[in-house]
Amino acid sequence: MRSPVTVVQAPTRRFGFSLGRLADSDRWLLRFMLAPTIVYIVLLVGFPFLLSLYYSLSDATVASQELHFVGLENFERIIASHTFWIALKNTVIITVISQVLVITFANVLAIALISDFRGKWFVRFLILLPWVAPISLSSIGWLWIFDSIYSIINWTAQAVGLFGPHYWPIWLGEPHLAMASIIVVQVWRMLPLATIIILAGLSSIPKDIHDAAAADGAGFWLHLFAITLPLVAPVGVVALLFGIVFTFTDLIVVFVLTRGGPYDTTQVLTSWAYFTGIQGGDLAGGAAISLFLLPVLVAVSIIFLRFARRAEVAG
Amino acid sequence: MKNAAPRIRGLVKRSGRAAILVFFVTFLAFPFYWMLITTFKTTRDLYNTAYNPYLFHDPPTWHHLHVLFQDTQYVQWLANTAFVGVLVVAITLLLAVPAAYALARMTGSWAQNLGIAIFLTYLVPPTILFIPFSRIISDLGLQDSLWSLVLVYPSFTVPFCTWLLMGFFKAIPRDLEDAAMIDGLSRFGAFLKVVLPISVAGMLTAVIFAFTLVLQEFVYGVTFITSSASYTVSVGVPTFLVRGDVYFWGSMMGACLIVSVPIAIIYNLFVDRFVVGFTVGAIK
Repeated sequence: MRSPVTVVQAPTRRFGFSLGRLADSDRWLLRFMLAPTIVYIVLLVGFPFLLSLYYSLSDATVASQELHFVGLENFERIIASHTFWIALKNTVIITVISQVLVITFANVLAIALISDFRGKWFVRFLILLPWVAPISLSSIGWLWIFDSIYSIINWTAQAVGLFGPHYWPIWLGEPHLAMASIIVVQVWRMLPLATIIILAGLSSIPKDIHDAAAADGAGFWLHLFAITLPLVAPVGVVALLFGIVFTFTDLIVVFVLTRGGPYDTTQVLTSWAYFTGIQGGDLAGGAAISLFLLPVLVAVSIIFLRFARRAEVAG
Repeated sequence: MKNAAPRIRGLVKRSGRAAILVFFVTFLAFPFYWMLITTFKTTRDLYNTAYNPYLFHDPPTWHHLHVLFQDTQYVQWLANTAFVGVLVVAITLLLAVPAAYALARMTGSWAQNLGIAIFLTYLVPPTILFIPFSRIISDLGLQDSLWSLVLVYPSFTVPFCTWLLMGFFKAIPRDLEDAAMIDGLSRFGAFLKVVLPISVAGMLTAVIFAFTLVLQEFVYGVTFITSSASYTVSVGVPTFLVRGDVYFWGSMMGACLIVSVPIAIIYNLFVDRFVVGFTVGAIK
């Protein structure tokens, strides 16, 4: 092995650039390496996004040859619709309740997972399954679990005496139960990611801090609320932000479980946008509905931005 | 008796942890256990409410899997998914690897902002873009073609993989490339011959992540593809194995398990690396 230090020093001076700074040609090379990705993202995210804004202000349909500008007509039409308010309310309810549960459960589960034990690899594999499996397929598993006649939940609850012999709820057929079912599936699918993120946060807390707290005689609960949870909070926020985005903008769970039914009572913004824009062919209306997702996405992006900035300053 | 208290406390702690784990593992893994049981039960067994559903009354059967592979287009859907997956992964690597390297090595605040901006595009959901895309795809004449998915899927795999790989390249010391450049390689040569070979693990992570995203995608698939021969697995099973009111439960559960379990095993091996991307710098 030659020593890199001695070899490096002399030639750098000779070529007239100092280490760590890029030559002009290198700077151009890096720009060329980056350019295709920027172009791709502008064309396949930026352009459709602008088109979506444009559609929402037009009379676009699947069949229309030319578009006419109609101002805010689509938005007025949507806000006047009864279904819009149901969809908006459902989207918010599903996101808020499921994410409160996810963050609570994820902390409990991550704390239970932090120490090593035999079979941890397998436990982690089982916990990760819902996140990795395609949700359109696992939702079908839930469809079978919530089946009106063969629901395993009902059978089990009756068998252990939780439900009376004549109580047989139709999970996806009754509005409140259907909403509850959707929330259960959203919690189920988002819990693994949140747990893994919070677990990473827990593992990164320096051991000295735990030792110091133990030396000062902090009990389990004091330790938990005074040390562990505050230190894991930033990463918990990140888990929450991902959870909000993925739940708020999800179409699949509602699409597979209820298709917005019974009678539009479980419609969410995304499913209603799909049924209006794609199945109904009203591209303008569908685009306008889906744009109601934007305020939440913008808010989440701003918080993410702050996190990334702070991480840079610290790094 | 003197050290009974700590021992009891330890026991309480351990059984508390066991109880928590049993509860959540049951909740999270039960649907897959239930798919497994359902896949191998005879139809008569599934539909007789007098039977205990947890047990097999008739002996386990291969019938549902036989139906899945012989009488449905499941194999075709798997092949379609693999076709789209391989191409999307290739495009993703071609775009994301150089871009991530460039972002990791560029100096100045705008390069950092660009990195964050690319990450944020990962948050723009298909459920906003699918309506304009439906029109773009039909204008391009790609409707009902797997190429529509090959074109559009990198729009969500590239941003996340660029972000993931950027962190990876940043961790590689610049001295390595500088040394190689002193030895006569150009910067691009140093990238190809020095940086890439030691980044195989990072690129493998990006490959698995991109492939998983392709496998999971549903919204674009259900929007662009209308004929069953061109479905991917995640779209074909929920839309085509339900005929009217007839659900092929055994076959559907099998279809889901076959896709989910292998990918989950591979994912599990790499999960710590994904988490680094997902924590967005909140963990050092």
